[in-house]
Amino acid sequence: MSKAPKSMSTWRALNAALHDILEDTPEAFVLGEDITTWGTGGGIYGVTRKLADVYGKNRVMDTPISEEVLISAATAAASRGTRPILEIMYSDFAFLGFDGIINQAAKSRYMFGGQFDVPLVIRTNGGSGIGKAAQHSQSLETLFAHIPGLEVAVPGTPGDAYGLLRHAVTTNNPTIFLEHKNLYYDKGLVDFEPLPFGQARIARVGTDVTIVATQQILARSLVAAEILEADGISAEVIDPRTLFPFDMDTVYASVAKTGHLVVGHEAVRDYGWGAEFVAEVVENSWDKLDAAPVRLGAARTPIPYSEELEAAVIPTVDKIVAAVRRTLA
Amino acid sequence: MPDFDNEKQGITGLRLMAKIREFERRMPLLSEEGLIRGSTHPSVGMEAVAVGVSLALETGDAVASNHRGHAHTLAKGADFGRTMAEILGRSDGYCGGKGGSMHIGVKEIGVLGTNGIVGAGIGIATGSALAAKVSGDGSVAVAYFGDGASNQGVLAEAFNLAAIWNLPVIFVLENNHYAQSASIEEMVAQPDFTQRGIAYGVKSVAVNGMDMRDVYLAAREAVDKARAGDGPTLIVADTYRYLGHMAGDTEIYRNADEVKQWHDKDPIAFLASVLIDAGVLDNERWTSMQAELATEVQAAEDFARNSPFPDVSTAFTDVYDKEEEVSR
Ligand SMILES: Cc1ncc(C[n+]2csc(CCOP(=O)(O)OP(=O)(O)O)c2C)c(N)n1
Repeated sequence: MSKAPKSMSTWRALNAALHDILEDTPEAFVLGEDITTWGTGGGIYGVTRKLADVYGKNRVMDTPISEEVLISAATAAASRGTRPILEIMYSDFAFLGFDGIINQAAKSRYMFGGQFDVPLVIRTNGGSGIGKAAQHSQSLETLFAHIPGLEVAVPGTPGDAYGLLRHAVTTNNPTIFLEHKNLYYDKGLVDFEPLPFGQARIARVGTDVTIVATQQILARSLVAAEILEADGISAEVIDPRTLFPFDMDTVYASVAKTGHLVVGHEAVRDYGWGAEFVAEVVENSWDKLDAAPVRLGAARTPIPYSEELEAAVIPTVDKIVAAVRRTLA
Repeated sequence: MPDFDNEKQGITGLRLMAKIREFERRMPLLSEEGLIRGSTHPSVGMEAVAVGVSLALETGDAVASNHRGHAHTLAKGADFGRTMAEILGRSDGYCGGKGGSMHIGVKEIGVLGTNGIVGAGIGIATGSALAAKVSGDGSVAVAYFGDGASNQGVLAEAFNLAAIWNLPVIFVLENNHYAQSASIEEMVAQPDFTQRGIAYGVKSVAVNGMDMRDVYLAAREAVDKARAGDGPTLIVADTYRYLGHMAGDTEIYRNADEVKQWHDKDPIAFLASVLIDAGVLDNERWTSMQAELATEVQAAEDFARNSPFPDVSTAFTDVYDKEEEVSR
């Protein structure tokens, strides 16, 4: 029954996950703007390709450009027993529906004394790197992770994208599923198994420093780790995979071994989720630290359009290497 | 009732439309060459709307545009070279290369920005009109938006606000029949978009968006009404985009016949023939005019290509009014 593991790109992994979800979960349905007739028939990055052909327009629907109502309507549809998977073309557009996300979806279970499940998944993409400029490139994961009631997944590999999406649909909590627009075409192994939230992945084993990073910065951290290795510094790289729930135990265990911590993300550094990870480690694992941890994140700027400017505002491999050297110095 | 002067609005408008077409036609080519990053959305085929509306405006008036906003910006009076430089992310661009195609603002001519958020301009223009009312500066504001954007909630709120406060705002709905790959047939149950304005007490008119004269006359009336303190107007312009939604669009959602039919209504060829029939233009002058325009647009392109990329340090400026030190 289960499929053999296979190497594929992130967009294909997500597409496979959606096919499998629609197959296995009769309550699930998919909706969003231009998800059946754009490109080669499946949304801006291809993720919803051919879904409508197989599952029909009743379960795979193109919508008007109406994020505000779509988000609140999907929220209510979730609380009435269906499992909507709503694609918001870019996470920046989710701002139009923040009432739905924050005031309705995130709070409905709590406000009404636990009567309502909200098995809603909002799939969207964040991040910079392809010149989409200030209103199509933001990294909003911190914003979502801050809201009680929401779960936030930030897959950094095709395998995680598949597994986390399969799991997201099964939880009764609203999930913000944040893909990264610059990773859709990266390939990796997919084993077609659901992946529970709140389990960090050790992406690289090391002994001298712990680097916690997601998505594009995770990829850069792995490159940085190779550079450091050449200098005799062994970096352990951890991908949290989900920012809520988040898995501190894996981080504590790693820091107990390395004594050093660098946290990197593409969200703006100031008030970013990295601060949260660092604070948790400082509060609970102070005695294991040999030096002050270092946070890396985007500059406190919107994302500029011009290429060199865009590259300058998010953490680079060099900056990650320098941060590790700083904490080890 | 304003009138249309073949020499004054006709020749000027034709020239502007043809120049914008020449500019926009180059977008997919520049994109293929890798000079344009992200997305760029040309409005080839829709020139009569931007030009017809702009001819009715003064420099002090404001426009809030959308993602398909080069024509709105250029027709309002932006320099072609500096606009192109912005699209190519260069330092001579209006925003120093920080904005790109979807974020071109030109303060001195009232361009409040092309915009990456569909529908956002509707609220922005309403705000500009509110400022005009509060300050009494006599300006009017225009929002350009598509049939797709008309499905955003902000439209309902803006229309009501503009109507109850009699704001000097003109809502220009460019119905080009598609929102990305979504056709109006599938996305609206009421294809008569003037109903949207009527429902909120906003005077609403439908115009032929392929006939610049029709657009101009409606805009002129709307501007006069707004300046007189008589409130907002919705102008629904029926038009069409000849190119894909953006560079690289496969266009699987529409058929070639349909596109060809709209080419027969080409707004530039149409106005040229009207002016030729009226005796204010002849084929020879029209041909030489087009050659001149191509040279001018080439000069704009050369200027943009030769403009240096911005210094990286500018990535960290303009975040705040004072040059606060931003974290890097
Ligand atoms: C809030 C928001 N949702 C979705 C998008 C993606 N998007 C960009 S343009 C577009 C289509 C807009 O259609 P319309 O308003 O009719 O304008 P047209 O492109 O036809 O000129 C879409 C869906 C966006 N930029 N902003």
